Amino acid sequence: MKISERISQRVQGIPRSGIRDFFELVQGRDDVISLGVGEPDFSAPWHIREAAIYSLEKGETSYTSNLGLMNLRKSIAGYVEKHFHTQYDPAKEILVTVGVSEALDIAFRALLNPGDEVIYHEPCYVSYNPSIYLAYGQAVKIQTKVEDNFSLRASDVEAAITPKSRVLMLNFPTNPTGAIQPADEMEKIAALCVKHDLIVITDEIYSELLYDGATHTSILAFPGIRERTILLHGFSKAFAMTGFRLGYACAPPELTEAMMKIHQYAMLCAPITSQVAAVEALENGAPEVERMRKAYERRRNILLSRMKAMALPCFKPGGAFYAFPDIREFGLTSKQFAMQLLEEEDVAAVPGDAFGKAGEGFLRCCYATDETQLSTALDRIADFVGRLRSR
Amino acid sequence: MDPLLEILNKNAKFTASQLAEMLAVDEAAVAARVAAWEDDGTILGYQAILDSEKAGNDGVIAFIEVKLTPERGGGFDRLALRISKFDQVTDCYLLSGSYDLLVTVEGSTLRDTARFVSEKLSTLEGVISTATHFQLKTYKQNGLMMQTEASEKRLPVAP
Repeated sequence: MKISERISQRVQGIPRSGIRDFFELVQGRDDVISLGVGEPDFSAPWHIREAAIYSLEKGETSYTSNLGLMNLRKSIAGYVEKHFHTQYDPAKEILVTVGVSEALDIAFRALLNPGDEVIYHEPCYVSYNPSIYLAYGQAVKIQTKVEDNFSLRASDVEAAITPKSRVLMLNFPTNPTGAIQPADEMEKIAALCVKHDLIVITDEIYSELLYDGATHTSILAFPGIRERTILLHGFSKAFAMTGFRLGYACAPPELTEAMMKIHQYAMLCAPITSQVAAVEALENGAPEVERMRKAYERRRNILLSRMKAMALPCFKPGGAFYAFPDIREFGLTSKQFAMQLLEEEDVAAVPGDAFGKAGEGFLRCCYATDETQLSTALDRIADFVGRLRSR
Repeated sequence: MDPLLEILNKNAKFTASQLAEMLAVDEAAVAARVAAWEDDGTILGYQAILDSEKAGNDGVIAFIEVKLTPERGGGFDRLALRISKFDQVTDCYLLSGSYDLLVTVEGSTLRDTARFVSEKLSTLEGVISTATHFQLKTYKQNGLMMQTEASEKRLPVAP
């Protein structure tokens, strides 16, 4: 028996994540400054960690309700109402998950029949395409363009809609580009979703991290959307709680119930320690979120100023903590550029094509790194770019 | 607080050009604003925050609770300013609660500090009583932990 042949065809059909390939190259090298991470450099604020410790001290180590602790769901309802001006019933419309990643997976599994089409925009987070595929859906990608500041055009959405379209998947602010979506275009997209009876999945994980006083208009702001939408959000980015692995889905009762069916068998519940920490985060975390947001904004400014100085075209990201500079002038693929940058300057940044073909010719630089490291990394990139131009 | 002051209040070592980069403003404007704050006393000074043990500072620090008789017209101000002017006094705050002033005193020896309290501070007219607490160890100062714990390294590449 060849074990490799026993792997399901569907899993065999998934390519390895481009990020993982790159990770293996970076690992084992000393003195690398990494702009390749997708998480805050801050630890979770102490008051949140302390709440988790206190919960453990009290012996809170049991399962919780499948949906999650009721007081956490109530806090989530309050937070979502404040930030998205949308009300959800904590008893029936909120499901606490192991990160947005789990929520995304069970959302697709709850919604898709074989061959159902999911429209999403690329470049995007690495799991969207495989998650759709694993749920037997058909991924239909729309390439967003730097000319549009990586926002999504309603006309492109309309062109992608077929009789098989079931779901539109959105992520603004976007990983890896930092794009935010203009409200007027979002309104047109919302109208299309209503007209073509699409379910919307909106990944709002970066929605707190906005710069230059920008506002983010979620698709939830538009009429007819709430009743057809799964809002995905979590604690990893704004609250710097990536390792707590905690997210949530807010959706009408039927959708929440459907996702809960999968969640209860696959996961049972999210870890109670993380749930208790999340309550503390929602109740008392706002000042720390703002402190971290301001730090990211300063670092984004440093990065943009240096990119400008080295004449590397870089669209100005309005949110998240990524910049996506354009490296097409060098005649290298993103992967070649990233590998050479790593080899020659010990700076790691993720090749744009790891986020889909639309990311080819770009590089994802995460600026959730302290000012000194960031500054050194940018000096090294400037040296590298200078050398490439003189070759 | 002004974003520029906010940064300087945490770390005064950034240069005008670094600050200009962070705030996406002009370098000359940053320098001018800092100069203006230095002039008008908004920025009083710049200091390094030391771990006294590592820096080899063997001096003695005492926190002294002081009860005062307030004066008609001036309240506690005249006396508080008078106490603040002693070189040994590093901090002086008026507080609510069971005593009036919290005075931090730095001396080179225990005896020095004791002498300052008994001879200078408690003999001032208007000082009703003092209670002296000697500092044994510093855990955190000016928002900085004295011992930094090595934190778990992030993965170098993550989605």
